[in-house]
Amino acid sequence: MTERVLIVGATSAIAEHLARCYAADGARLALAARSAERCADIAADLRTRGAPEALCLPFDAADRNGYEVLVDAALSGLGGLDVAVIAHGSLPDQAACEASVAATLDALDLNAMSVIGLLVPLANAMAAAGRGSIAVISSVAGDRGRQSNYVYGAAKGCLNVFLEGLAHRLHPAGVRVLTVKPGLVDTPMTAAFDKGPLWARPERVARDIHRAIARGATELYTPWFWRWIMLVIRAVPRPIFFRTKL
Amino acid sequence: MEPPLLCYGNGRSYGDACLIDDGCLIRTRGLDRFIAFDADSGRLRCEGGVLLSEILDLVVGSGWFLPVTPGTRFVTVGGAIANDVHGKNHHVEGTFGHQVHALELLRGDGTRHLCSAERNPALFAATIGGLGLTGVILWAEIGLKRIANPYVRVETTRFENLAGFFDIAADSDRTHEYTVAWIDCAASGKRLGRGLHMAGNHAAPGCAERPTAPARTLRVPADPPVSLIGNASLRAFNALYYRKQLRRRTTAVSHYEPFFYPLDGIGEWNRIYGPRGFLQYQSVVPMDDGLAVTSEMLRRIAASGQGSFLSVLKLFGDQPSAGMLSFPRPGVTLALDFPNRDTRTFKLFDELDRIVAEAGGTLYPAKDARMPAALFRSGYPRLDEFQRHVDPAFASSLWRRVTGDAA
Repeated sequence: MTERVLIVGATSAIAEHLARCYAADGARLALAARSAERCADIAADLRTRGAPEALCLPFDAADRNGYEVLVDAALSGLGGLDVAVIAHGSLPDQAACEASVAATLDALDLNAMSVIGLLVPLANAMAAAGRGSIAVISSVAGDRGRQSNYVYGAAKGCLNVFLEGLAHRLHPAGVRVLTVKPGLVDTPMTAAFDKGPLWARPERVARDIHRAIARGATELYTPWFWRWIMLVIRAVPRPIFFRTKL
Repeated sequence: MEPPLLCYGNGRSYGDACLIDDGCLIRTRGLDRFIAFDADSGRLRCEGGVLLSEILDLVVGSGWFLPVTPGTRFVTVGGAIANDVHGKNHHVEGTFGHQVHALELLRGDGTRHLCSAERNPALFAATIGGLGLTGVILWAEIGLKRIANPYVRVETTRFENLAGFFDIAADSDRTHEYTVAWIDCAASGKRLGRGLHMAGNHAAPGCAERPTAPARTLRVPADPPVSLIGNASLRAFNALYYRKQLRRRTTAVSHYEPFFYPLDGIGEWNRIYGPRGFLQYQSVVPMDDGLAVTSEMLRRIAASGQGSFLSVLKLFGDQPSAGMLSFPRPGVTLALDFPNRDTRTFKLFDELDRIVAEAGGTLYPAKDARMPAALFRSGYPRLDEFQRHVDPAFASSLWRRVTGDAA
């Protein structure tokens, strides 16, 4: 049975590589992104790699009225949905957020609110169908608020709790919800950072996500060792943690 | 981006062809998308940063193959064009540039130019083999060729000396598409130039044997403290390898991967040379005195005690060059790796340069790290014509070195 897959934020690096995994499976794809031109290039690439269909749907995370429209368009374009991946987001400048109400709230809107808004109609559509998988790209940053990136961390933490509840609600309906927690990934979003041995390639993260969705997992740390790193980070008592610059 | 600029694909050039001091490297692996593939005609259009390995992963399953491939598949399409790479079948299919129908070039002034044999033919011929100096290759359209299966039938023949190579090569180039020889560069005297000749053809349809591709890639995990290639280890390895088959001639069916890409199975193989690394010397000399000139080169190399087990000898065909600075031309090409022993290695290379220059040959920029400007100029007669197409915003360390630019 050919899978029907929606990918929101399809022009981002992890999403594009994940779409390639699905294209190789022969899945039919709907790609949602802001830039129609970049989306079209990606769609052509995916069709060459084996996707019988790759539709481009416009998506602006800031438009609250657009979330239901997008879900409807994907459902009618593909005739149903088996997998939905939400991958859009942006790493805000922590220092700029500390100095600005607007920057902080915009970051939370983009990384948390717009994702949650999209999940409302998506969850209902999948619950009604009685099957499907939802995967959302969160981050290890949501596991503990840290002085270096707590605005981003707060957005992801908010997402994590929402997804936890959603997974609980949708489980009896036969719908799986996966919270993806990548660690440090080498993508355009992190271009400004120096890379070290802990950094992962988006292709590898995408493969991990592809496998996790297939096996019905509800939480994925990718690469795997971040589960243990964050376990330690969460366990460090505050007096000690406060002395670090993490 | 501040000039000077240069594209960097997958960095498999051995020297400084893909580097620029005090400049800005444009990493083209972000241009890694396919644009279109016609599975009936075998025409493939893809962005310049797509790897040849990615093309093979896409097309081999549906019965298509790269008509020309270099010894590693981990190079970008842009890099393959910019170096006008060649493979074991040069005498049949020519170079990679011959397989390109069109490409789009982005120049330093922001303009885009569609280039082909009909549109902007001079810029097209300058870009093929143009070492990235004409601009960014945004995408290229290449013609693939049909194969019945992913297997190659290989005939391996041992020859006792260099004359033996020339005897076998002339015949086998007529009957086999892929031909190349491994040479024991440590052998001297009567055994000078002994080695193994490999001749292959794509296996016929319905081939009974189905060898699998190597499952796992080994990886050299770290630099050893010194080079693992030394005089003693070299002679020992070469002596064993020369005798690796009992019979003089054997035939076997191989999967395409180990046949075309023997080193791709060993990740970071360059590390075996230790922290000082290695240099490769790849030359081509005309056929007229091919045997004598190659003998002289091998004599010098054997006498120096330097060299490695990677030594390759092949005859090029006589296709006219696809690009203004294309390296392959009718004659004999010899490629050897040398552990970097600083002055001793550079002195040997200078000696080899003299032999090559006197014979009217030249060196391959993709492998080069130290070719003097004079040898480059004498070996690439269309240099002045090429220079007119060099983009003022682009430069490379190699280009500065071989054109004698100070800055």
